[in-house]
Amino acid sequence: MALLEINDLHVGIEDTEILRGVDLDADGGEVHAVMGPNGSGKSTLAKVLAGREEYEVRQGSVQYDGEDLLEMEAEERAQAGVFMAFQYPVELPGVSQQNFLKESVNAVREAQGKDELGAADFIKQVRAKADLVDLDEALTKRSVNEGFSGGEKKRNEIFHLAMLEPRLAILDETDSGLDIDALRIVADGVNQLRDEDRAFIIITHYQRLLNYIEPDYVHAMVGGRIAKSGDKDLAVELEERGYEWLSGGNAAENGKAAEPEEAVA
Amino acid sequence: MPATVQEEPSTEARFLRAFEGLSEKAKNGTVEAVKGRRRRAIERFEELGFPTNQLEAYKYTNVAKALKHEYRLAPAEAAPQASEEQVEALLLGDLDAHIVVTVGGRFSEALSEVGPLPEGAFVGSFAEGANAHPSVFHQHYGQYADFEAGDPEQRAMTALNAAFARDGLFLYVPEGTRLETPVYALHLPSAGDEPLFAQPRHLFVVEEEAQARLIEMHRTPSGYAPTPGSFTNAVREAYVGARGHFDHYVVQDEGAGASQHTTFGAYHETESIFDTLAVTLSGDLVRNNLTITPAGPFCESHLNGLYLGRGETHVDNRTVVEHAAPDCVSNQLYKGILSGKATGVFNGRVHVHRGAQRINAYQSNKNIVLERSAQIYSKPELEIYADDVECSHGSTTGELDEEAIFYLRSRGIPESRARVILLGAFARDVVENVRSGPLAAWLTDEVDARFGARTA
Ligand SMILES: Nc1ncnc2c1ncn2[C@@H]1O[C@H](COP(=O)(O)OP(=O)(O)O)[C@@H](O)[C@H]1O
Ligand SMILES: [Mg+2]
Repeated sequence: MALLEINDLHVGIEDTEILRGVDLDADGGEVHAVMGPNGSGKSTLAKVLAGREEYEVRQGSVQYDGEDLLEMEAEERAQAGVFMAFQYPVELPGVSQQNFLKESVNAVREAQGKDELGAADFIKQVRAKADLVDLDEALTKRSVNEGFSGGEKKRNEIFHLAMLEPRLAILDETDSGLDIDALRIVADGVNQLRDEDRAFIIITHYQRLLNYIEPDYVHAMVGGRIAKSGDKDLAVELEERGYEWLSGGNAAENGKAAEPEEAVA
Repeated sequence: MPATVQEEPSTEARFLRAFEGLSEKAKNGTVEAVKGRRRRAIERFEELGFPTNQLEAYKYTNVAKALKHEYRLAPAEAAPQASEEQVEALLLGDLDAHIVVTVGGRFSEALSEVGPLPEGAFVGSFAEGANAHPSVFHQHYGQYADFEAGDPEQRAMTALNAAFARDGLFLYVPEGTRLETPVYALHLPSAGDEPLFAQPRHLFVVEEEAQARLIEMHRTPSGYAPTPGSFTNAVREAYVGARGHFDHYVVQDEGAGASQHTTFGAYHETESIFDTLAVTLSGDLVRNNLTITPAGPFCESHLNGLYLGRGETHVDNRTVVEHAAPDCVSNQLYKGILSGKATGVFNGRVHVHRGAQRINAYQSNKNIVLERSAQIYSKPELEIYADDVECSHGSTTGELDEEAIFYLRSRGIPESRARVILLGAFARDVVENVRSGPLAAWLTDEVDARFGARTA
């Protein structure tokens, strides 16, 4: 059994159907790229996996490490090793990143039966993991994401990932808005975190990230479904041909040529 | 016309009668500045009566309606005193301070521990201070909270206090003197069978180039049952001389059954700094009237407030900054967190007088409502008669941000804890404005503790 098994997942909000039968299996050591036009449901998939309650699961199942993931609270999922890097990281003015991370790391460690991380070890970890994504150490002491540049926010997400050492890491457009240097830094960080026991789902708009993080599988998401899966060559093909050929015509209106939503930071 | 029923004497009538019945000692046991005003004060009160919400200034806060009891007007002589251990438990951890304690509005010699003071300075009882410094009283008493000046709608409670004023705190820091350690004033309720209507009167005089910090805490010792329904009508006056600096912090936490009406008039001279904070952690009805007059140029006035309302707590902060002099800065930050059926009211007025140019005045009121049943009335007001000024005001009321809660949960933090973290973060900028480290730390822990028990 794979670490993550998504079967026929249907998700909606009120009278909108967003995901219309997603199937995806991911196992430790694998990197899955999910590509697709704007509005195809990529973020919805990520958030449903992370436990955002505003989305209604209408059909299908998600097994994580043999358990029903959909039955778990968001915090229980995180404690069980599920991590999502947000497409739009939230600013938390007044919440010190140090205090928050200490609580976060220790909540996860406690759930996993590990000892609380002492102050000195915690600081050591913060240094090492901030280095991994070249995050200015000053930012580890400020309020979470407050006043961070777009690129800093994205690197901060990977910094959290590194601190929490999840088994399933979902990156939602961590590459959008990054210039080429920042992209390389993030990709290097992710590559160093690749591990036999860890699965990655990397949601991206562009093939360019995949030049740095080589995926084992690429999935094209169109209209709330995985329209096609393949290896890394599929990413190149999608970049060249767009998504229209996969969806019988309605991908164009879903924004085949859509520009990135964020300005380059 | 229906037959007239025998009417109960009005609450006002009871106070008038009590005034006439005051003992010689109660009426005259102090200096001319205080006793010479009593008669006029009770006459003014008789004309005005307790504020009702017919008055614009009390639109959301009906003081008259909150006075539901027969009150005792002075703490019972035989009332049990708090023990030294109980006082000890209410000190601020590692705060080194001049400690003064009042019980039921009266200075307690036995529980206070003022310690050594710089020469000429006075920290202690209002009654004693008046006798020791009659000329200071003559100059300052009744000047900044004057029942015959300022907003007519806000005079009644000041007049009532002036009629009965006997004791409270007096702080006097003469010219050029610095109090190196802060004053920590602990106000304890008095125990007894009938609810007390206490009328403490405080006067703080920090002269030219002098400096002081005062932390006032209204708290209830554990294992000490105050009579529910007590009412405190406190009046404070502060004077800060040129280039002086006075920090004044007050915490109101007497429990859900106690009500407070406070009036605070502060007046500060050229290039002085006046810093004030009112934190309301519990109470039945709480109304704070604050009026600040930076009277000379280059003054800084900082007004901060934090109120946590749960159950049926009603908290109303009304502030007025009278910018009569040019080149001053005033900064107001009031934040509230309300749950249950609590009500929060904020009415802030910045008044820039004609000719008071180059004023920077900021005013912000922010509220978080945890349940729809809680209510907020917020009205920041600017009234400007000068053209070269920089003023802003703003008010927001909202719920906790669901996306922020989700962000914390997605990092393994339980939902109830996530809410507490976000509430603490919301209060943080007010707490950070507190210049006393031990008080700031205490407040951080209290906000945490008050909501930590809340289940999501
Ligand atoms: N909270 C929401 N409420 C209503 N509609 C939503 C919500 N979240 C997403 N959607 C809709 O679902 C579709 C997919 O959105 P999303 O998952 O963000 O796509 P992607 O990440 O692929 O760009 C879009 O049409 C979007 O408008
Ligand atoms: Mg998205």
